[in-house]
Amino acid sequence: MGSILLISQTALELGFQYALVAMALFLSYRILDIADLTTDGTFVLGAAVSVTVTAAGHPVLAIPAAMLAGACAGFVTAFLQTRMGVPSILAGIVTNTGLYTVNLMAMGWKSSASLMKKDTVFSLAKGLFAGTPLDGFWGQWHELILSAAVTILAGVLLYLFLGTRLGLSIRATGDNRDMVRASSVNPTFTITVGLCIANALTGLSGAVVGQYQRTVDMGSGTGIVVIGLACLIIGETVVGRRGMGRGVIAVMVGSIIYRFIYAIVFYTKVVPVDCLKLLTAAVVALAIAAPTIKAGAGLQKRKLAALRKGGR
Amino acid sequence: MLRIDNISKTFNPGTVNEKTALDRLSLHLAPGDFATIIGSNGAGKSTLLNAVAGSFFVDSGSITLGGEDVTFTPNHKRSRVIGRLFQDPLRGTAPSLTIEENLALAYLRSSEGTAPLSRIRKKDKEFFAQQLKLLGMGLEDRMRQPVGLLSGGQRQALTLLMATLVTPRLLLLDEHTAALDPATAEKVLELTRAIVAEHHITCLMVTHNMRQALKLGSRTLMMADGRIVLDVSGQERAGMTVDDLLRRFKTGTGHDLDNDRMLLSE
Repeated sequence: MGSILLISQTALELGFQYALVAMALFLSYRILDIADLTTDGTFVLGAAVSVTVTAAGHPVLAIPAAMLAGACAGFVTAFLQTRMGVPSILAGIVTNTGLYTVNLMAMGWKSSASLMKKDTVFSLAKGLFAGTPLDGFWGQWHELILSAAVTILAGVLLYLFLGTRLGLSIRATGDNRDMVRASSVNPTFTITVGLCIANALTGLSGAVVGQYQRTVDMGSGTGIVVIGLACLIIGETVVGRRGMGRGVIAVMVGSIIYRFIYAIVFYTKVVPVDCLKLLTAAVVALAIAAPTIKAGAGLQKRKLAALRKGGR
Repeated sequence: MLRIDNISKTFNPGTVNEKTALDRLSLHLAPGDFATIIGSNGAGKSTLLNAVAGSFFVDSGSITLGGEDVTFTPNHKRSRVIGRLFQDPLRGTAPSLTIEENLALAYLRSSEGTAPLSRIRKKDKEFFAQQLKLLGMGLEDRMRQPVGLLSGGQRQALTLLMATLVTPRLLLLDEHTAALDPATAEKVLELTRAIVAEHHITCLMVTHNMRQALKLGSRTLMMADGRIVLDVSGQERAGMTVDDLLRRFKTGTGHDLDNDRMLLSE
């Protein structure tokens, strides 16, 4: 029983931490309609910057530093596609490839970095209620509460931002660029702002995960964009798609569900854990392909019906 | 208000698809002028509107708007003073945003320094509702619905309102009623006439309906091969019939007008 609680707790913690990646994709993929493949590299960048700055003794400063680094990566991708005419998917891949070296650099030219006994935001938070009656409860739950607080705060801020004039322009950019131009707003600007914010969120996710796990390695970002999309799709299926508020809640719900599925697979071994990425990729591909498959099936049905009629 | 001097534009230069869409074209519109444009298929009517709106930069010549040289001003900056409607009613609005949000975006053109992080205020909403009421389509009661749920006619009327919410110096209409059913087209046209008259907006309208071209506005231009071949206004235009117009076109260009849609529509 105790272990189930512990597993659920870990799933919730990871769910909230990785929800930030899904939130980033909600902004870039769902709202701006851009598949931002910078995400994998940005996640590692966020974690690497966070761990390195934390190792230098500044765990709190590490968080905004990682977000800033993420925003810079997003800016490069946006610059390539809006100013240099690089197709948007390729722009992400190019930045992502460049980030590999940047990430190595951020970790001191090693393929991984870790925090031994250094203070992290989590260990700092843990000491918050030392000596008070709350200490026992807090000691057990502080990681979940802190992770949830960061993600929910980011979600609320994103929601508020999307209701501002700039937020509206960004939402309209994914919808109808002509109309954005007609409103005297430059889509180049809105895409740039959108991708910077999205990558700052991804960087934030990496920063929190890095300090939580006290380690980062080059492989930790692989496939994170697909996992984030899976979370987004799961969340939207459960929560629904109408409205920005619902979208922000959906990514959290989706991410938590995904981490529970992950935990179940990990502990029950219904399928080997190594198969999870293939499974995730298949689910994402199917979910995105669903409308096309449905339309194709409908056409085949009509063709068959017409054939039968004609044969008589 | 609008002064176009000798503008030219060639698409795909140096290839087999080379096409001179605008050929040393000049045009001057006085404030409050409402000019209709007709012409053959591929005469360059839409290209002219695109050039004025800044969808591309012209190869040569200059465009001045309200005394300001805008020849090299990018599209989105010109749209601060130019309103525009396309034939496709879907092009002017963002479908997943609500009516209110679409109007809020259009309203961004109003104030130079509107803070990017400001939100739609109650006062703005009241203003939008009051403007929507003028369309007479009941849209003021549906302000929180996504625009994607509206019909083509409603979307075009909304686009018209958005383009004129902040009175533009120039309004460009590119066959903006051609894709609507006749009754809706009539309604949108009537709204256009009312709004343009009320605010004395200088207006350039492409149409394929010759009668409409003579009836609406104060001036009629005919285009062929990237030039304006006929420009009538005042007394001369008042007594003109569609047949006169066709005859004048033939003497002006040496061949018959070949716009299939235009001929079919009469």
